Amino acid sequence: MAPKILARNDKLRLLKQMLQIRAFEDKVFELLARDLLKGASHAYVGEEAIAVGACAAIGLEDYITSTHRGHGHCLARGADLKLMMAELCGKATGYCRGRGGSMHIADVKAGNLGATGIVGSNIPVATGAGLALQMKKKKSVCLCFFGDGAANTGAFHESLNLAGLWKLPVVYICENNLYGMSVSVERALAVKNVADRASAYNMPGKIVDGMKVLEVYEAVSEAVERARRGEGPTLLECKAYRFRGHSRGDSRKYRTREEEEHWRARDPIEQFKKHLLEEGALTEEEFSALEKEVGEETSAAERFALQESPDPSPDDLYDDVYVDYEQGNTRLRRKS
Amino acid sequence: MPEIFYWEAIRDALREEMLRDERVFVMGEDVAIYGGAYGATRGLYEEFGEERVKDTPISEAAIIGAAAGAAMCGLRPVAEIMYIDFITLGMDQLVNIVAKNRYMFGGKTTVPMVIRTQGGAGRGIAAHHSQSLETWFVHLPGVLIATPATPYDAKGLLKTAIRDDNPVLFIEHKMLYRTTGEVPEGDYALPLGQAKVTRPGSDVTVVSYSRMANRSLEAAEVVAAEGIDAEVIDLRSLRPLDIESVLESVKKTGHLVLVSEGYKNANALCEVAFRVNEFGFDYLDGPMLRVCAADVPVPMSPVLEEAAVPSVESIAGGIRQALAD
Repeated sequence: MAPKILARNDKLRLLKQMLQIRAFEDKVFELLARDLLKGASHAYVGEEAIAVGACAAIGLEDYITSTHRGHGHCLARGADLKLMMAELCGKATGYCRGRGGSMHIADVKAGNLGATGIVGSNIPVATGAGLALQMKKKKSVCLCFFGDGAANTGAFHESLNLAGLWKLPVVYICENNLYGMSVSVERALAVKNVADRASAYNMPGKIVDGMKVLEVYEAVSEAVERARRGEGPTLLECKAYRFRGHSRGDSRKYRTREEEEHWRARDPIEQFKKHLLEEGALTEEEFSALEKEVGEETSAAERFALQESPDPSPDDLYDDVYVDYEQGNTRLRRKS
Repeated sequence: MPEIFYWEAIRDALREEMLRDERVFVMGEDVAIYGGAYGATRGLYEEFGEERVKDTPISEAAIIGAAAGAAMCGLRPVAEIMYIDFITLGMDQLVNIVAKNRYMFGGKTTVPMVIRTQGGAGRGIAAHHSQSLETWFVHLPGVLIATPATPYDAKGLLKTAIRDDNPVLFIEHKMLYRTTGEVPEGDYALPLGQAKVTRPGSDVTVVSYSRMANRSLEAAEVVAAEGIDAEVIDLRSLRPLDIESVLESVKKTGHLVLVSEGYKNANALCEVAFRVNEFGFDYLDGPMLRVCAADVPVPMSPVLEEAAVPSVESIAGGIRQALAD
């Protein structure tokens, strides 16, 4: 099948999303350093092409599940920078009212079934979303993002087996950024590629250049179309690189600076920008304007989170543990 | 009123809820063609087909996690975990996804699903097929826990569990499937968090759930012959916990015996004792006492197995001890 061709505006939208993710993560890093943001934060810098390319291939009726490195998926799925930043800062105005933070952003109504702090734990959830779509006879799909580390969990194997067996409309997108925290894939994976495992689950497996947004878009589009036709799941392995460490305190002693330079030279934003310039779809002036626009949006998100958003009230601590039940310190009662 | 088996009550609840609501479906190991390891899904596959009664691979994490995903996307799954001992294999999904997603995501999603499972000793099938692990989940915010002891409660509570928008862990007991009891024809649902006084009495309160609620009743009859009038309360659900009914009873009797088939150490019913300590200390005329399973892996030998869990005699002994001094 011929890949779908993106219009110029769409391509510029993808570029802007990639810039948004980059700027957002840079801002998060800065706020962490200034101690204005607490908690863990796993940056998506370097992997922008995957979330952006993949989410461009789906529509409003589709779902995604995200990971502990999930900011990019949210933004690519159309999340509001302000609500995301507020959530990272633990504010009442955030996507999860400050309960989730960096690792648990969700917007179920908008098709984002959420991020998770447990490596691999959303793979069964995405599989269940696919089951629901199949049972409801929808043409929709679920994109399941996960990392190379998750590919070694039992949840991965159980889920892909089930999806392959039942032909569920799920696209499993492995973001292989070469390290599970500090351990390289060579030291963790018994096969060379995660995609090699697809044959064990009776689904196509494909390796994709995760630093090239249009390649990701095309591969995911193809897998999505296959799923929509009722032909079942696909396993895509997007080879990429985590430019930053696992989290802020990571000294990166498990990898060389040369290796980092090698990958930074393949920066997904720079590559896409170059492609668009060569194609005549973008000028340097337009790029600068886009960068400026994204910078302003990011600053507005920071202002919203830090200056315009209240903290959640401890009075609401017990809200929403259960639906229709009231919980106090010691008792749980059904609301009358 | 017709008398039916406990397994039939469960099957009827599933069937009626599947007829009532097309979003309800059943999935799990051997639930379709085989009809469930203990027969509780018999006939459903023939009636509803594999679209809504799904045999799964032996993949507990995928069963629980996929149920959660399907629930978040608008269905109402009833997932079966064949033995509660096997729930360890899906523990991450239950503990970190099912129980937490609603709260963690700011109350903006629901996970309306039921995990049906069964526990308990009595069949000589040893340490991996006989445990009562409900205590683990009593510790966990975000799930509700039902533990029916009779066919009537099993049907009424399962209907409520399926209709509830919260995840419910529905724990049956393997030795109860072949017990019978009166169950009215037609639709009824019982609230979670409402204990039942199964034997009124004035001297001592005996609180239990699941199979041990029935044994506690038998024990109450044993001590009745000795002139002890025990009030027996079946909690029916462990979360929500109906502490009010327990307090009301203890206020009357002044003595409390807790009976559970779970391991003794840090048993779920220790929470009952602590709440009585908090809210009803002045009602007590003597120390509270528990009769629980021994803190050992459940052994196979019928002699050892029976010694490892509360018996009618050991419960009766507990009641006598609570009143001694």
